[in-house]
Amino acid sequence: MNNPQLDTDGNLRHLLSIEGLPKKILNQILDTAESFVGVAEREVKKVPLLRGKTVCNLFFENSTRTRTTFEIAAKRLSADVISLNVGTSSQSKGETILDTVDNLIAMHADMFVVRHSQSGAAHLIAKHVPPHIHVINAGDGRHSHPTQGLLDVFTIRKYKPELHNLRIAIVGDILHSRVARSEIHALTTLGVPEVRVIAPKTLLPAQVEKLGVHVFHDMEAGLKDVDVVMMLRLQNERMNGAMLPSTQEYFKTYGLTQDKLKLAKPDAIVMHPGPMNRGVEIDSNVADGKQSVILPQVTYGIAIRMAVMAILAGGNTAGNTGSTAGGV
Amino acid sequence: MTKDQSYPNSPQLPDAEDLLKVLAQKLQPLLQKNTALVGIHSGGVWLMQRLLVLLESTIAKHAIEHGTLDVSFYRDDYAQRGLKQENRPSQIPFDVEDKHIILIDDVFYTGRTTRAAVNELFDYGRPASISLVALVDRGGRELPIAPQIVAANIPLEATQHLQLTQQPDGTLALQLTQHNSARTQEHE
Repeated sequence: MNNPQLDTDGNLRHLLSIEGLPKKILNQILDTAESFVGVAEREVKKVPLLRGKTVCNLFFENSTRTRTTFEIAAKRLSADVISLNVGTSSQSKGETILDTVDNLIAMHADMFVVRHSQSGAAHLIAKHVPPHIHVINAGDGRHSHPTQGLLDVFTIRKYKPELHNLRIAIVGDILHSRVARSEIHALTTLGVPEVRVIAPKTLLPAQVEKLGVHVFHDMEAGLKDVDVVMMLRLQNERMNGAMLPSTQEYFKTYGLTQDKLKLAKPDAIVMHPGPMNRGVEIDSNVADGKQSVILPQVTYGIAIRMAVMAILAGGNTAGNTGSTAGGV
Repeated sequence: MTKDQSYPNSPQLPDAEDLLKVLAQKLQPLLQKNTALVGIHSGGVWLMQRLLVLLESTIAKHAIEHGTLDVSFYRDDYAQRGLKQENRPSQIPFDVEDKHIILIDDVFYTGRTTRAAVNELFDYGRPASISLVALVDRGGRELPIAPQIVAANIPLEATQHLQLTQQPDGTLALQLTQHNSARTQEHE
């Protein structure tokens, strides 16, 4: 099967989804991100790697946090950044996207960071662009959000380095969550032995077990003795009613409170990809509590995005072989 | 070329452990108040760790601090070769401002690594001075940069690759390999 994310030498060419990426590449991204964490703590929070490159943030769907962290990441790599918020509603989609992309290529863009409400939008662009241009998926529909999955794993690794010993629960709206999909692929690829999903039947995709997770409908049972609790946002905007009785009811059953958190291991960490619905999926006491690593997730998100961009942008001067080190 | 030992094209390389002692001797007078040592990954860091032990009393007397640099993010061949698979965080746990910094590298070749290291250091602050010590100068400089102190000059062909290695027990050794094409390792 042709994997559009990797070049013929197995190096990362685009980042479209975690699915299909070998463990080696995931570890390369995570290890490189370690080196970028320190850059943000220096006098000059910048390295010159992407000097002279232009990164285009193409956001067909709103997201302040993701767009901002990609923008900061690109700027800390010394790239020039253009952020475009492109409305989707106006025209028929496929054509418009590629036209927009072609125009930006004509302006000598080197990298695209794409968010779109349609699954596969980033793939479409990646298939379309010439070889020296790289595409990063910043969230497409319900499909994938690879940098979020990576930053979550990175955060877990920071607090719980022994991934092969962990029991991790992902709680909430799995059905609509591209974050959950990316997290599950990343965690299982990196050898986390037990990944649980906890959700009502209406918020679970069909055959979710096939992703290698243990399914729980009961929060109390599912949280028992876990090392990490990953909460998901209840995605009201993606729901067409009738899936849930009410948000209050949801909070009672699946909202993370201090009492429910006590069922997890005493040193368990609590994560949330943001934006949080306080009082819906997570209680304020927990979100702001000692076990919460929600803000470190944001900080590490920048290091992860820097790592991905730095790995993608190097070593590809106009399609030459680029692998002299291995040859001759 | 110089009065130091030279070993043109010879398989008999000097013992890195002997060179280390020479280097420590030459380095000692430079160690004064307000100096700091910075090893460049990987060989420079191994050397620094050994020098910290060999020169322990001088270092303690002047309270000399130390750090490490991985210049991956500052290399000039990133556009051609991309990011190395392995890179480590640079760690400069002291204030660079107004320090006399001594960079430590294993093999001095083109000067490009030193250029990258100097640029990176300036992103931490403005040092009072930067000097460079290297175990070996192998010739082939491409930039107006030279080490202040070396333990040996070993002129080599561009196709030859000289590398410092660390044995499992911590001892250091030099290793010479031949490449069919020149300049594959110039930045190492």
